[in-house]
Amino acid sequence: MINNSLKQLGAMLASKQISSVEMTTEFLDRIDQHNPDINAYIALDRERTLAQAAAADARIAAGTAEPLTGIPIAQKDIFVAKGWQTTCGSRMLESFIGPYDAGVIERFDAAGAVNLGKTNMDEFAMGSSNETSYFGCVKNPWDRSRVPGGSSGGSAAAVAARLCAAATGTDTGGSIRQPASLCGFSGLKPTYGLVSRYGMIAFASSLDQAGPMAKSCEDMALMMNVMTGFDARDSTSLQRDKEDYTRGLPAMTGDKPLAGLRVGLPREFFADGLNAQVGSVVQAAIDEYCKLGAEIVSISLPNTRLSIPVYYVLAPAEASSNLSRYDGVRYGHRAPEYTDLMDMYCKSRAQGFGAEVKRRILIGTYVLSAGYYDAYYLKAQQIRRLIADDFAAAFTQCDVIMGPTAPGTAFRSGEKADDPVAMYLEDLYTIAVNLAGLPGMSIPAGFAEVEGKALPVGLQVIGNYFDEARMLDIGHAYQQVTDWHTRMPEGV
Amino acid sequence: MPISRSRIGIRACRRVFKVEWEVVIGLETHTQLKTNSKIFSGASTTYGAAPNTQACEVSIALPGVLPVLNQEAVRCAIKFGLAVNAEIAPRSVFARKNYFYPDLPKGYQISQYELPVVGKGALTIQVGDTEKVIRITRAHLEEDAGKSVHGAVEGMSGIDLNRAGTPLLEIVTEPDMRSAAEAVAYAKKLHELVQWIGICDGNMQEGSFRCDVNVSVRPKGTDKLGTRREIKNLNSFKFMQQAIEYETRWQIETLEDGGTIQQATVLFNPDTGETRAMRSKEEANDYRYFPDPDLLPLVISEADKDAVRADMPELPQAMKARFEAEFGLSAYDATQLTSTKEIAEYFDRAMLELVSFEGASAYKIGKTVANLIINDIAARVNKAGLPNIRHSPVTAWHIVCIAKSLADGSINLKAVREQIIPLIWDENLTEADAVIKIIEAKGLRQVSDSGAIEAIIDGVLAANVAMVEEYRAGKEKAFNALVGQAMKASKGKANPAQVNEMLKKKLG
Amino acid sequence: MSLSISDIKRIATLARIEVSDSEAEVTLHKLSGILGLIEEMQAVDTTGIVPMSHSQDVTQRLRPDLVTKTDQRALFQSIAPAVEDGLYLVPKVIE
Repeated sequence: MINNSLKQLGAMLASKQISSVEMTTEFLDRIDQHNPDINAYIALDRERTLAQAAAADARIAAGTAEPLTGIPIAQKDIFVAKGWQTTCGSRMLESFIGPYDAGVIERFDAAGAVNLGKTNMDEFAMGSSNETSYFGCVKNPWDRSRVPGGSSGGSAAAVAARLCAAATGTDTGGSIRQPASLCGFSGLKPTYGLVSRYGMIAFASSLDQAGPMAKSCEDMALMMNVMTGFDARDSTSLQRDKEDYTRGLPAMTGDKPLAGLRVGLPREFFADGLNAQVGSVVQAAIDEYCKLGAEIVSISLPNTRLSIPVYYVLAPAEASSNLSRYDGVRYGHRAPEYTDLMDMYCKSRAQGFGAEVKRRILIGTYVLSAGYYDAYYLKAQQIRRLIADDFAAAFTQCDVIMGPTAPGTAFRSGEKADDPVAMYLEDLYTIAVNLAGLPGMSIPAGFAEVEGKALPVGLQVIGNYFDEARMLDIGHAYQQVTDWHTRMPEGV
Repeated sequence: MPISRSRIGIRACRRVFKVEWEVVIGLETHTQLKTNSKIFSGASTTYGAAPNTQACEVSIALPGVLPVLNQEAVRCAIKFGLAVNAEIAPRSVFARKNYFYPDLPKGYQISQYELPVVGKGALTIQVGDTEKVIRITRAHLEEDAGKSVHGAVEGMSGIDLNRAGTPLLEIVTEPDMRSAAEAVAYAKKLHELVQWIGICDGNMQEGSFRCDVNVSVRPKGTDKLGTRREIKNLNSFKFMQQAIEYETRWQIETLEDGGTIQQATVLFNPDTGETRAMRSKEEANDYRYFPDPDLLPLVISEADKDAVRADMPELPQAMKARFEAEFGLSAYDATQLTSTKEIAEYFDRAMLELVSFEGASAYKIGKTVANLIINDIAARVNKAGLPNIRHSPVTAWHIVCIAKSLADGSINLKAVREQIIPLIWDENLTEADAVIKIIEAKGLRQVSDSGAIEAIIDGVLAANVAMVEEYRAGKEKAFNALVGQAMKASKGKANPAQVNEMLKKKLG
Repeated sequence: MSLSISDIKRIATLARIEVSDSEAEVTLHKLSGILGLIEEMQAVDTTGIVPMSHSQDVTQRLRPDLVTKTDQRALFQSIAPAVEDGLYLVPKVIE
């Protein structure tokens, strides 16, 4: 059962082959068994979860079930959920119990999905290895000496180890796609503005976007049907007609379902810095796409390299301001001892935040400070436009862009923890997508042999704005002819 | 205490300075906009609720919450822009002003920085007999902070976030004012305008209208501005006057004594009448403004402006001009009548009735109606401490009745001022026919019958032969005395114009 | 633009984060590395390029002026570090 698709799980529930309470209990038991080692979850609440499952069973019995009713979904601990501990991976919010529900949480609740628990993450989503979490790092189920990627590392490990049916993540610079690549499953960052940011604890507001993390594109399409939609409480939420993201999937069969599809390969994504084995896995996946009818177009995204400096100006700048609310006055950590107001602020924040978060707050404060704004922030926003323009030009030549998601496979815990710059380069292929606000997806494309272990490699698919349905079709077509996405790590 | 301080002030004024100094003043006014809900959330803005009961998840900046802009706040900003004839930005941007303060829950204030909603405009003020145009630099939308409450717990401050997120329009002037009197005149004029157009309740005690005053001094005749100090949060015109006067003297004396002025934020202490530099908020002043990524550009179209314009009341300046043109009022009277919207409407309503009854001839009595309203009604309203002229027992309709009776000669002004108005006021006779009833009951109808008047005059002339002689000898004053005698003989009821006319004829 | 220890102290104060002298050294080293990365931007000529704040060219939506929130003080203050009589308590604010 644990390897079943969401559609299959839904069918089992609909046919009363299994109840949601039974299904949820099985996942909770698996979590009890594996989580002490993998550390994918920060907060679990068996009682609350099973109450939701029981309510879902009642709904199924009443005949008002929706596709995800009764299915246990893991929620990244960045979403505020009423009554749930909501930490964002930080000591600052260790004792924070959600007083309201995020838009995403509301949507899953309304769909009847069961909240299985809150997953571990890099602190305030700042990291690419899940090593910055106050609640300890998460282990990659494929090799437990390695990181799962980040920042949605807990959700990633939970999906990979089948400790949930599917999970949510958020992606500011690659935080859904890179862990999907490193843990061998499917992850999608939608177009900025499609999924409500209300109640999603902000890291970099202009880049943050929530999306699904699941075993297949078909599963992600079902998740997208629930997650997307206008939310009046988020000024950046887009007002668009409701889409059915599963609508094109049935057509992805037969000999050449992707005939005529123009796939752009950016030269810059296959240059220096890309691990050779990863490169050949990605190339093999692209060859597979050619068999499905796709045509290859060579394109250029000349400002790719600049996306890293631009991102490491804009994201910390926004974060430095977004994280100012954590001052120990109304909620969150307050230092036990202090001399005066200033001291209370400085100690509470020094104790409540971890090293990487503090670094980014300081960088962000610096680039916004008097005399530096134009040289850093304004300049970065200008180059951001150049980067977006690169994509606009590329999409006149091709329908989707493909390439590696990450430059390498999962690295060892601690390997890059002390070198922020090396860590930041992990996001080389993913960040530009956030800067442009485009949708990006990573799907399993095979394995690379590293030190005797087979480690997953992801293929990144970048689409034009609002092209998620087509991207999911493209991923689904590949998953019809390959079985990488069904592979499970050993020992789970 | 305040009295002895102001004596010191007067003494300081007497000091003879080496240089003739000029004070330069600019104002930044925070007007709380009259909306039901906060600028970025659906929390209520009602004043005076129990602490933090109107502090929703957005007001207290819980993790994950986001701002959505209130359309009424935008309408208020457009109204103001139109009222001061300003540029209204087709596209403006919200920015974050970053600083830590316990009453600022997000650690930043959402404001507007590079692209404010209202651009350059102007407001005309009247100081004494002269008009002066004060240039408005800009006006921008922003959110208010909460309040710190001291003394509840020893060594601690309590934070109430009910006010956090209340919409403000910050209105900034050029440094165009040259005296405390001008600054106060501007503040009063602005205070009146924002209430007139209905964007602010003007309640200064509750902090709905607060001024920061930038003061600098320079030797008269020089162009370069001196270093300014900003007096924060003045919420009364009296304090503003005192604070500017004290600050001006302090700066001049400091410079005369060879000192220099450091740019600073100062607070005015009403108990001592002095200003002093603030101890906090000073330090960094590095606000790290940047566009708020949670909000999108605010776009205002011509159609948006037209819709607000259609909803705008006639503005004081336009009404003043109309009163002058239509009713032949002096600039002074027209200014007085447009000092508040309520008075202007009261006058306008009365004149509208009169015109519809009397036609063009009603215009002739505009001046009389204006005088009655200014000198009798508005004065009584002020003295009684009523909120505005709408609360006066003497209604606009009463004024219409009075004016009609004056126009047809059935009563005279003396009766109106000494009997009719005091009676209505004191007895609270608000019914519509009060004027007619009083005229009849008190027998105030004046004698206009020429035969009766002639008889009275003949009697007066016979009894005052000496006065008649004096008049004939060229003493003009004697004529007035004779009129007085005739009026007295009629018990004040004779039509004074008729008495005048007939007396002149008789004396030939 | 190279950073100094005093820069670190200044921005740490602005950001209200206590940084000890030894931490400041480590932070200086790491932030310098990051700034080195960021410096790559300076080689790009961005004259005349309009800064991009948002990926979609959309404008601010306006909310009707309605009171939609009710009092939730008890819930919100149940997770507050220090409250008294409905007020959040902080060390004395000096003006």
